[in-house]
Amino acid sequence: MTALAWLIPAALLLGAIGLLAFLWALRSGQFEDLEGAAYRALEDEPLNDEARSGPRDHR
Amino acid sequence: MTAHVLSGRGATTAGALDRAMPQRFTLAVENMRCGGCIRSVERAAMGVPGVISARANLSAKRLDVAVEQGSASEADLIAALARAGFAAAPIETVEPDAETAREKYLLRRVAIAGFAAMNIMLLSVSVWAGSAGDMDPSLAGLFSWLSALIALPTVAYAGQPFYASALGALRAHRLNMDVPISLAILLATGMSLYQTVQGNDQVYFDAAVTLLFFLLLGRFLDERLRVRARSEAQNLVSLQSGMASLIEANGGQRLVPAHALLPGDRLLVAAGDRVPADGVVLAGAGEIDQSLITGETDPAPISPGQHVYAGTLNLAAVLTVEVTAADSGTLLAEIGRLMAAAEQGRARYRRLADRAAQIYAPAVHGLGAATFIGWLVIGASWQTALTYAIAVLIITCPCALALAVPAVHIAAASRLFRHGIVIKATDGLERAAEADMVVFDKTGTLTLGRPQLLDENQIPSEMLAAAASLAAASRHPYAQAIVAAASRRSQDAIVVAGGVEEFPGSGLLRRLAAGEERLGSAAWCGVDGSSGGSEVWYRRKREAPIRFGLADRVRNDAAEVVASLKRRGYAVALLSGDRSGAVESAARETDIDTWLPELTPARKIDWLAAREGEGRKVLMVGDGLNDAPALAAAHASLSPASAADISQRAADFVFQGQRLEPVLEVLSTAKRARSLALQNFGVAFCYNIVAVPFAMAGYVTPLIAAIVMSTSSILVTLNAARLAGGRDS
Repeated sequence: MTALAWLIPAALLLGAIGLLAFLWALRSGQFEDLEGAAYRALEDEPLNDEARSGPRDHR
Repeated sequence: MTAHVLSGRGATTAGALDRAMPQRFTLAVENMRCGGCIRSVERAAMGVPGVISARANLSAKRLDVAVEQGSASEADLIAALARAGFAAAPIETVEPDAETAREKYLLRRVAIAGFAAMNIMLLSVSVWAGSAGDMDPSLAGLFSWLSALIALPTVAYAGQPFYASALGALRAHRLNMDVPISLAILLATGMSLYQTVQGNDQVYFDAAVTLLFFLLLGRFLDERLRVRARSEAQNLVSLQSGMASLIEANGGQRLVPAHALLPGDRLLVAAGDRVPADGVVLAGAGEIDQSLITGETDPAPISPGQHVYAGTLNLAAVLTVEVTAADSGTLLAEIGRLMAAAEQGRARYRRLADRAAQIYAPAVHGLGAATFIGWLVIGASWQTALTYAIAVLIITCPCALALAVPAVHIAAASRLFRHGIVIKATDGLERAAEADMVVFDKTGTLTLGRPQLLDENQIPSEMLAAAASLAAASRHPYAQAIVAAASRRSQDAIVVAGGVEEFPGSGLLRRLAAGEERLGSAAWCGVDGSSGGSEVWYRRKREAPIRFGLADRVRNDAAEVVASLKRRGYAVALLSGDRSGAVESAARETDIDTWLPELTPARKIDWLAAREGEGRKVLMVGDGLNDAPALAAAHASLSPASAADISQRAADFVFQGQRLEPVLEVLSTAKRARSLALQNFGVAFCYNIVAVPFAMAGYVTPLIAAIVMSTSSILVTLNAARLAGGRDS
């Protein structure tokens, strides 16, 4: 029974990390161009500063 | 004095401000379709001096550029992209925040509701499994408290879109779907909290949060489709209106986006260019092609003092045009009035889901209330009665309903998108599915809207090639038709003749030592009396002149499409502003029995209204400015991407390419989308018929509620996905 005392918080924590990661990705604009992102992964050289850092400072 | 001081200040601080605040442009890039394009587009934009960053968005087909203040203009960027082979245009109004903010607002709530639903389900499953076995009641109580801890903030945060909409409806003394949704979620959460405090096991946190998750998902899909449709439509309109060359006060010229023009601006319109804005001709005389405005294919003469409309094609001389506002006397103002009147009719259309909600919402409330009162009358405690009533609300909640239609629409939109068709109005699909009559415009819709050479094969190859080498010097559509015919005929490249002079309104001349070559009107080539129709004559030295007949031809697959529409039981008609003879021949060629020539925009609307009076639902296909009111008045409408921008704005769908086949694709996809939506309603209805009696009788435990609700939602989504991946008709 004592195992539950840390198992449940651990499960919630892991879930929350996933949720925060998603919210961060959403905020940093990673869902703005889903098609283009697939191709950008194949590019070797970064095109410019913004392409490297993602459109975080966008708008 | 004050003005001087102010301008002085502006000049000194501007430098510091520039580096801090780069200027941002958003451009629509037409033919960016592949991964490699992203790189070419960004590289081309980065090559322009002053550009700080450039980022292409492949899904939106847009390019965001930041430049140093006052260094590069939109025109520089467009020119650089054109050199790289991409057609681009500035976006008229960019409100990225307003457009995507709502989408992100919903997606954040979807994510949080999803997280909460999964964790609560984890706890609930343990309780359900444990209640059959030897679970300690105190542990079940702990799990209920944990669920409450997760559910309460989630319900408060993620449910906001529904509460806001329900409150809005109630304030306006109406009932919408969000009223029972909000009621079910809030009551279920409140009751579950009460039960948790009491230490009972009738806890519905999982059902409430799962319900919220599915409903938000439906809301998000709906919003996403709307945002995408709007941004596509904006791209099309921007690319169509393009750039204008403005004559500045000092006499210089500058390229500016057409949407930035103001009344009083003076423009230069080169031969072969479209007039970018409505205005009055100040200088220059020649011919203009008004087919986009009136449907008339033959060029009309134009002289100083006359009105020209945006979208008309300048054929001959360079024109100087002064931009005018749409004043009440012009054709455009008349079109605007007609459209405003026509659109009111369409605003009355109520979407399928809304109509379903109108019946559904009172039924849900009635059943819930009946359950509560019924159990009280029988003598149950108020807690029991309320618990059963909440179970009814949860079971009947339109989860499947709210997900059914958006899921189908998203699937249909992505399918049409693959065929080069853009949905502009989200309810357009529903309206197109009801159509039983298809009405075409002639010029630019049934036909290509460009003159083509007639009786090509009777002209000797050598003569055609000689005429083409002369014609290649001109941008007149007749000359271009000859060049196109010649390049179809021979494999060799057309030799562009040197020393060709163009005489606007007359023709082309090339002086040689051995004599002269002329290409142009009958009079220009010294031919007495022409045989009528659109024609160009070619005369070489003293040889006999040759006549090239020209006419606008119907699209290659027009006859097939019309035949196919008739087979499927649609009535087909042709309405045109063009002359009787031209309309009749197009009708003959495509085998359309009902055709009417020389119609004004108002008469087109009257004709459509008369059909509506007979109970017909019309799908209008048109491109011209004169079709815009009819496009707005028809039950549903479709226009090619080459259409006047006002027509594209009025149409529900816009299709690209040379073929007319998208008309069939729109109709069949719309029909399939409607039958899938109805199937989904059927699934939702059947499940209610089965589950509601159990819920009213009090047999629905939280476990059953969770299972039944999830399965129906998943079933409905899978059914919708059949449209996207399914077979092509």
